[in-house]
Amino acid sequence: MPRPHVLGHPHYWQRLAIYIPLCAFALFFLLPIAVVLVNSVRSTQDILATSVIGWPAHVLWSNFAFTWSRFCIAEHCTGIAPYFSNSLVMVVPATIVSTLLGALNGYALALWRFRGDRVVFAIITLGVFLPAQMNLVPWVIVLRELGLFNTIAGLVLIHVVQGMSFTTLFCRNYFVSIPADLIKAARIDGAGFLRIFWRIVLPLSPPILIVTVIWQFTGIWNEFLYGVTFSAGENQPVTAALIALSAHISSEPQYAEQSAAVLMAAGPPLLIYMLGGRYFVRGLTAGAVK
Amino acid sequence: MSALSIANVGKRYGSLDVLHGIELEIKSGEFCVLVGPSGCGKSTLLNIIAGLDTLSTGDIRIGGRPMQGVAARDRDIAMVFQTYALYPSMTVRGNMTFGMECRRVPKAEQAVIVDRVAKLLQIETLLDRRPAQLSGGQRQRVAMGRALVRDPLLFLFDEPLSNLDAKLRVEMRMEIKRLHARLGSTIVYVTHDQIEAMTLATRIAVMQHGRVQQFADPDTVYNRPANLFVARFMGAPPMNTLPACVEMSASGPMAVLGDASVRLALPELAGDAAAWCNRPVILGIRPECITAPVRADDGVTIEALVDMIEPTGAETIVLLRLAGHQVLARAAADFRPAPGSIARFTVDTARLCLFDPETERLIG
Repeated sequence: MPRPHVLGHPHYWQRLAIYIPLCAFALFFLLPIAVVLVNSVRSTQDILATSVIGWPAHVLWSNFAFTWSRFCIAEHCTGIAPYFSNSLVMVVPATIVSTLLGALNGYALALWRFRGDRVVFAIITLGVFLPAQMNLVPWVIVLRELGLFNTIAGLVLIHVVQGMSFTTLFCRNYFVSIPADLIKAARIDGAGFLRIFWRIVLPLSPPILIVTVIWQFTGIWNEFLYGVTFSAGENQPVTAALIALSAHISSEPQYAEQSAAVLMAAGPPLLIYMLGGRYFVRGLTAGAVK
Repeated sequence: MSALSIANVGKRYGSLDVLHGIELEIKSGEFCVLVGPSGCGKSTLLNIIAGLDTLSTGDIRIGGRPMQGVAARDRDIAMVFQTYALYPSMTVRGNMTFGMECRRVPKAEQAVIVDRVAKLLQIETLLDRRPAQLSGGQRQRVAMGRALVRDPLLFLFDEPLSNLDAKLRVEMRMEIKRLHARLGSTIVYVTHDQIEAMTLATRIAVMQHGRVQQFADPDTVYNRPANLFVARFMGAPPMNTLPACVEMSASGPMAVLGDASVRLALPELAGDAAAWCNRPVILGIRPECITAPVRADDGVTIEALVDMIEPTGAETIVLLRLAGHQVLARAAADFRPAPGSIARFTVDTARLCLFDPETERLIG
């Protein structure tokens, strides 16, 4: 059947009224990314000669390779590669450990009754609402006492502890939908706390584990405050190193290299989101057993 | 031998008493059904027996062994849940072997046991499926299979048929009864369905408000209910209960209803019941004790106004008025009196029950 003439359609103006603002907002939010993308393939001279906003005179891919391995950040001309690897060394164990601890906490809080369980849960969730700045001084003391100041291990510890509130909350809210009878049956079958977790609860958990892994990975990767505060020089994660890089901007702008660096630093979380994004929304709304 | 003994068991949640002084002795090989309306404490009692919940007072012994401080896993019990509680991520075989794995039964032995039980329940073809791929009836079978692989001292069933549709429920009911006859195991079975209780049990414990109202074999519970609650709870349609008065006449004791328009001869009053002469009582008559007369001289007959009839196919339920009260009768299927007419009924007075109107207990 041929569609009726669109202009004559009664909903046409309504649609237009919705889509025009939507497109305007999309453009507004995408513009900075577009500028960074374009600048990453221009040369700094080109940018300085014309404008920060402009089309590349000729496409220059070498910015990426240069920024990756030779670019100078705070007098170290190693590119962002070592900082990038610092971030990976920090984010992978921190994500895995905080997710597993959150799952274990959530399991205990959702499916086992013990004295004071509500209080424990309330205290853990309180951590979600505490601003990071509040914890800076306590962490300074803890890291100093443990001898972990300016180490990646120290940052891993911070992110595991700071992330546990979120991961526990996510997992606990997911696990409460596991029927109590399932745990009762396993108890009668002779399984203990850890065996029930490992054999019955974890196999039901992939949707929420994907959510917490994405959440933790992006959160820890993009985290900046702890990175700048507790690490310096060669031990900085990439987000903190990018700041050192922008310190030059006033004296000697290097817009092209900086754009390439920002894009590469944003890569891993984007990759994780593209791989697992559709599970993210699904996992947030899913119940454990249908 | 006593397979399960429950002595003075009480359960209290905060200030709420959900079980009071429960006393039950269950012999080995018995099929004991705990029946009662929702909230009567039957499931709580089952969870306490299983060790999944704690008791506030009293003592439980399984196979003579005190259960104080014994974990669920060490009680030598198996349980079937209303929701089946099959492990979703495991196959049927995995569900059945999980318990044996926890108890470190050798693999070869596990396989032999699974094969035997699968054959018994006719689930051999389902062993490699996951619970999500099974129908309700199949899940029910697997849940029973998971219990049967254990060969425990005691089987606990928590409303196992409540999630099945009516037809399947009747089939599975028969199957459970057949299994019990074949295996001779001791079973404690919780249900709110009095027909399940009647058909399955060797003994029924009728519960209400956290107390056992009567613990007896099904015939006794049905014919001689210990009190008005049991009388009204067991049986569908339920027992008719009417206020009446006992009088002595030349031909023996009579129950007089309402304004003396209905008089029913009672069987001889034994013992204490004789003291109830000329006093008000509650008269209990099962609907099947009021039927259409087969012959004119068929025992005690009454005339009553027919309010309504409900033909079910197998029989006709007649709603009639007796001394101003609504009474249900069960008559033959071909008995179809016109509503509003007066019809004649035969009353089987040998099975009348009398209850104390104050304590609601059975008198005679």
